[in-house]
Amino acid sequence: MMDFFNDTVAGLFNYWIVFGLMMIGFYTVIAHDNLVKKLIGLNVFQTSVFILYISMGDIRGATAPILIDGQAIYAHPLPQVLILTAIVVGVSTTALGLALIVRIHEAYGAIEEDDVLAADFATQDAEDATEQARSAQARATEPHAPADADDGAEREESRPS
Amino acid sequence: MREHTVLRIVTQLVVAPILIFALYVQFHGEYSPGGGFQAGVIFASAIVLYGLIFGVEAARRAIPPTALRIGAALGLLVFGGTGVATMLLGGNFLEYDVLLPKPEKGQHYGLIIIELGVGITVASVMIAIFYVFAGRGRHRDEDEPA
Amino acid sequence: MITHFFNQMPALVVVVPMLAAPLVVLAHRQWAAWLIFVGACWAIFGMAFLLFVEAKIAGQVSYAVGGWAPPFGIQLVIDPFNALVLLLVTGVAALTSLYARASIAAEIVAERGYLVYALLLLCIAGLVGITITGDAFNLFVFLEISSLSSYALIAMGPKRRALLSAFQYLIMGTVGGTFLLIGIGLVFMMTGTLNMADLASRLPPVADTHTVQAALAFIVVGLSLKAALFPLHVWLPNAYTYAPSVVSAFISATATKVAVYAVFRFVFTVFGVDYAFGTLPLGEVLLVLSAIAMIAASLAAIFQTDVKRLLAWSSIAQMGYIVAGFALATPDGISAGLVHLLNHGLIKGALFMAVGALFWRLRGSSINDLAGMGRAMPVTSAAFVVGGLSLIGVPATAGFISKWVLLSALFEAHRYLLVAMLLLASLLSIIYVGRVIEALYFRARPDDVTEHAHGEAPLGMQLATWALIAANIAIGLHATPELGAAQRAAAGLMGGGT
Repeated sequence: MMDFFNDTVAGLFNYWIVFGLMMIGFYTVIAHDNLVKKLIGLNVFQTSVFILYISMGDIRGATAPILIDGQAIYAHPLPQVLILTAIVVGVSTTALGLALIVRIHEAYGAIEEDDVLAADFATQDAEDATEQARSAQARATEPHAPADADDGAEREESRPS
Repeated sequence: MREHTVLRIVTQLVVAPILIFALYVQFHGEYSPGGGFQAGVIFASAIVLYGLIFGVEAARRAIPPTALRIGAALGLLVFGGTGVATMLLGGNFLEYDVLLPKPEKGQHYGLIIIELGVGITVASVMIAIFYVFAGRGRHRDEDEPA
Repeated sequence: MITHFFNQMPALVVVVPMLAAPLVVLAHRQWAAWLIFVGACWAIFGMAFLLFVEAKIAGQVSYAVGGWAPPFGIQLVIDPFNALVLLLVTGVAALTSLYARASIAAEIVAERGYLVYALLLLCIAGLVGITITGDAFNLFVFLEISSLSSYALIAMGPKRRALLSAFQYLIMGTVGGTFLLIGIGLVFMMTGTLNMADLASRLPPVADTHTVQAALAFIVVGLSLKAALFPLHVWLPNAYTYAPSVVSAFISATATKVAVYAVFRFVFTVFGVDYAFGTLPLGEVLLVLSAIAMIAASLAAIFQTDVKRLLAWSSIAQMGYIVAGFALATPDGISAGLVHLLNHGLIKGALFMAVGALFWRLRGSSINDLAGMGRAMPVTSAAFVVGGLSLIGVPATAGFISKWVLLSALFEAHRYLLVAMLLLASLLSIIYVGRVIEALYFRARPDDVTEHAHGEAPLGMQLATWALIAANIAIGLHATPELGAAQRAAAGLMGGGT
């Protein structure tokens, strides 16, 4: 029991943290409706991977990789450099995601995914109905005869702003 | 927040040291922790602070969005241009050894130049992001890097 | 000097578009931006062709970025496999550059035009980078460069739904990218190296660990998300439908193809055929998924009212064909997958360009909008018909060649059920392509729109569309060079070396 605790729980504690954060983030991305919260979840998810890399480079008792007399163990510098790049990527993703949310808010007046989708489905249904009416009309009229009836329904092509 | 005297005075005192610290982190980056990315973010944070206290308009007057657009492009060009220069001098892309007669000097200065490019781009983009978010809905500038 | 230039070409293929992007931003004016865009795209196409020839002669071209020898530095590698993908990406980019001028002027607000060119250049740089890099982490970085620029490009679409499509793609794409990052981290943890060739030699001793198995799973799932492999395709139909025409054309022809390339670069070169397909049952999983993709996505395509969405669903079905070829893990299967990867890029690029030209005239892309356009825009409609026939796989088109080699590879591997599925999916494709052609030629134009809907699209758009169509027919009539190149690539991959 004690061995199990030492090896698997305490010995691998960094992986437990990574695993926990990863699941929290992933769950937030999947389960939350609010677009901003989704983005926060995505950030937590990415951060867990950053920690995975950083903890991988650490060695107990090691110093920074600078040549010092009497010091033989150095921490691996590469994971940190890699993760700096990944952090930059994460920042860019967050900025772009937030910019999209701002524009979505301006276009739809909502940032709850359900509300946005509901607005979309309403437009989609109207468009589908129009398209079906037009297809039916196209089948009713002879191919080369001029279409007599005006197909009336207006298409919603434009969007605000 | 212009009416808060304490905030205003402290900001006036602090902005310049932050900018200088950003330059320190930038140009001391190859000896101590730091480098272009960190320096750029610190530099941008000074402008963001200024914009928060004195208003985005004041910040826009200090650093206009057009300058940011040019800065973001220029930084990337400095980075890539260094790589192209090493190619023209007979090395591979970003092989700094060929920049100067002594390879270690070449490495040293090559790194400083590309970090400068990174710093300029990061600072410009960070400030641009701040402008775009903070200015949204109040003021539309057609030159705004979207 | 000339030899030095030739030696620098692998880096230049990435560096030229990446530096052209800030130049475009500085130029700011739309015509200047376009000129830089055209120059950069054709320059890298030329270099890609030279690299293709060089890789064919030498077997492999290697380049050490920064002069740091692999496995320590970042290595760029061009071998017969990725030289073909590189040729596809740069070739489509070059034709897109001709197409872009009129299309962007019509669909994007004038002062944002230069941003589209800059983002397209960054996207091209990212895709080219993914294709030729020999470093696992570098591949992640290039993947994110291309993805971030494509999210922004899709959000520039004319309807407001483009925004939500781009956001959903951003969420799913970032999850995919992070999965890839986890996978690369796990193999790095086990081997301490990131160079793909070095990884390949260091992985076998530790291959039995759960860490490496998990790494393979993370990498394949992460990249399959980008490749829109069923059931990870949810982002694709909306993204392709609402993006600006030129973006749909470019991304549909290249982005998913490059992602598939990356999946199989990892599977074959890094993990090795025996490990992925022998020790682990990756082949069975991918074959089942690709079979479902072929049928389900083709069925979905039949019921679409919008042509762009119809083509997007058809793309998901075609990804099934490509993956089925690779997942056989036989030389014939891999070369069939590769041939269809290239041909489908050409077909879908051409079809999306033709639809973009119709959209340029009509401001709409529903099937009903297209009614009677066969007479109003005969050249563009004809391009769509030929492209559609190629998609179905009619003889004398590129689509026929790829389906032929794919079918023979499936027969040879005794996968008769998949043969039946593939034929069924081809029948379904006749239906959905037929619906569009029926609207184009056998319906009258409604009275109210006839006045402004006459006349062809601008020359640049037609030229690009027909260039891709011509490539389709050329491959259909004389496929030997392509098949030969694909077989060499497959032999190289099965040999297990970069």
